[in-house]
Amino acid sequence: MKLRFSERMSTRLVGACIGAMLAAAAVTATGDDNHAVDEIAKYREMLKDGNPAELMEMRGDELWTMPRGPKATTLEQCDLGLGPGVVPGAYARLPRWFDDTGTVQDIESRLVTCMTTLQGLSVEEATRNWTKPNSDIEALVTFVATKSQGMAIDAPALHPGEAALAEAGAELFFRRAGPLDFSCATCHSQDHRRIRLQDLPNFLDPKSAQSSMITWPAYRVSQSGVWTLERRLIDCFRQMRTPDADYLSDAIIALEVYLQKQATGGVLEAPGIKR
Amino acid sequence: MSRPFSIAVVSALLITGNADAADTTAIERTEAIVGRSFSSATPAERKSRLDQDEVQATCSAQRNQPTEAAAARILELSRATLKYPEDGRLLGDWKEGEKLASVGTGGQIGRIQPDKPGVRRGGNCYACHVMAAKEIAAGNLGPSLASYGKQRGTSPEVVRLTYEKIFNAQAFYPCSHMPRFGSNAWLTPQEVADATAFLLDPESPVNK
Repeated sequence: MKLRFSERMSTRLVGACIGAMLAAAAVTATGDDNHAVDEIAKYREMLKDGNPAELMEMRGDELWTMPRGPKATTLEQCDLGLGPGVVPGAYARLPRWFDDTGTVQDIESRLVTCMTTLQGLSVEEATRNWTKPNSDIEALVTFVATKSQGMAIDAPALHPGEAALAEAGAELFFRRAGPLDFSCATCHSQDHRRIRLQDLPNFLDPKSAQSSMITWPAYRVSQSGVWTLERRLIDCFRQMRTPDADYLSDAIIALEVYLQKQATGGVLEAPGIKR
Repeated sequence: MSRPFSIAVVSALLITGNADAADTTAIERTEAIVGRSFSSATPAERKSRLDQDEVQATCSAQRNQPTEAAAARILELSRATLKYPEDGRLLGDWKEGEKLASVGTGGQIGRIQPDKPGVRRGGNCYACHVMAAKEIAAGNLGPSLASYGKQRGTSPEVVRLTYEKIFNAQAFYPCSHMPRFGSNAWLTPQEVADATAFLLDPESPVNK
């Protein structure tokens, strides 16, 4: 494991450097609309057998099986919705209702429940450095999500608790506020739109919603790190000029429930690679 | 304020859960969610950045497709907000307008990734509109404005209409996606006049 890890790491680092160069080229050297998109596609192709997110996946794997916290317990009995310790396919069905907490939880809030109950960690310890690249929680999310690669998103929000949150998520998607009157719908409710050269998914269209949602969590070239869907949505609120949305908050989880419902049926490619 | 974001939120989650009472409407549930999901916001930030005015609330609830009555009300409310530069000149400096068109920063109040100090607040027109031909990295959320002035001239009527559309697009198109730059005091009347000049001035690259 150790040897494999360092071998893969050196490959990844080379890949990341090339990626950074390509990303710079994509931003500066474009002559037509499709050029930047082509460069990212080439980058994806190059890293097909070496997404830098694999580093995070491996670290997440280690964190999953490592005794941690005051209770010196691993996460191997964590119930992500398919029963204690069942990881494959769990991410594809999140967020979902959990009877034991009486709430709808996404992958992060569920991991926090496991880390606090099984391992005895505080919420603060469980989510330490969540705003920065390479946090523990990000590694765990990447590990769990990768175990659903190739499976279809299956989050139709049929449980009444999920349905109520999906409905609120849809309202929130259209909720305009702030000095620029923005809502999610401002940028993501029409086909084939761009901000500058950045393509925008239309989340009202299931096919377009799938094309975006199947790639989270994703290694983001511009951030040199893996971002989870939560992290991305919180950044959307920054761009909309609101105060920071809280990590693990109902606003974020409601949006996730709505978006995963829209994208249900899409086959997961997580972890993806994005700008 | 300086408290880690996560603590207040997660404890709220554990105590109340996210399952609100079933007899509430989706909008009421959504407002309750907004109320408890931005715990670092000061009361002033909550008022200016999260609370909705009448136009925002109407456009949200009607998903940007207002009924005829709602559209008429929005036109009336929006027209009442129009203001003009003190010197009365609606055609400003196109070079200043060009700068505004490229700047997409400013007004980001979060603590996770705040604006750099002293950063300029811009109109970010190019995020959504094609304008000068030389700027190829232009978005398409809004219509192309290439050769805007060349096609329309600079009669007082055209200048006034252009100025007013930038100041508050919803005085013409209720529930437009375009920010109400002037009415929301994101840009000053002088800046709106500069943006107007960028679109209309014959010397502007928009019209070359």
